[in-house]
Amino acid sequence: MFPPWERAEGERRSVIYEVFRQERKGQPFQHAGSLDAADQTFAETYAKEFYGRRGESEALWVVPREAIVEVEDFVDELNRNYHRVDGYSLKEKLKEARERAGRALVARDR
Amino acid sequence: MNEQDARSLLEIADDELILGWRDSEWTGIAPFLEEDVAFSSIAQNEIGHARALYELVAREGGTTADELAFDRPPEEYRCSALVERRFLDWEQTIARHYLYETADEGRLQELKASGDPEVAGLAAKIDREEAYHRMHARMWFDRLKDEQRFTAALEELRPLLDAGRDQHTPELAELWEEMTMVRRSQPAGTRW
Repeated sequence: MFPPWERAEGERRSVIYEVFRQERKGQPFQHAGSLDAADQTFAETYAKEFYGRRGESEALWVVPREAIVEVEDFVDELNRNYHRVDGYSLKEKLKEARERAGRALVARDR
Repeated sequence: MNEQDARSLLEIADDELILGWRDSEWTGIAPFLEEDVAFSSIAQNEIGHARALYELVAREGGTTADELAFDRPPEEYRCSALVERRFLDWEQTIARHYLYETADEGRLQELKASGDPEVAGLAAKIDREEAYHRMHARMWFDRLKDEQRFTAALEELRPLLDAGRDQHTPELAELWEEMTMVRRSQPAGTRW
């Protein structure tokens, strides 16, 4: 990529950067997109241009894609759904609790 | 606004209009996508600055920004020879960008100190956008400063900074033809 006139067809002399964007102070950063840049300075300049010029960002994180550790193998052979928030239905538990309480009241009033 | 301010605003406006036009010639054919977007955006900014500057000068002179920008004959433009040239080489384009932004910084500093609050205010506004242009120009400079093709372009173009504003290259007249074509072909009764 640099200098651009010495670049052979299909040659890559640049780094892919991932850009994360914070919309307002205190909010979590979210992935905004990626950039191809020769080095960190170019990446910062382009990130500003692509993701910050219209006042849409409070701050940016610009990270070489290589620096990101990806984890994607998750084992749950025994289907232990209590590990997951959706494995525990609060609605059901509440219903049962109310019914128990109702029965207890009826029994007491007898 | 004093005469000195008006003259210098018109010089800057002409520089920014012509440079914006020249830079926009790279839209779609810059060396890579990210640079295409960034450089096109810089070109747009320059034309935006020209418009704001023309508006300020026009108000003083009882004319309009469009008339100042497009209805003067090319020989009356006050732009620098540096911005007039059409470059087909990226290293020349970037060398000009670097030379221009560096010189423009000093000029804006002077205008920011103007006694006229409107002039000073506009200069400050423009300077805040130019800061991004300078960052962009500097990153390219740092990257290419040891490249012979780039340093040769810098040496070739540097004298144009002091070449004066009374004589123009034939390239300005060519650009003027292109730039004002639609306006000059205005059918009777058209109002912009």
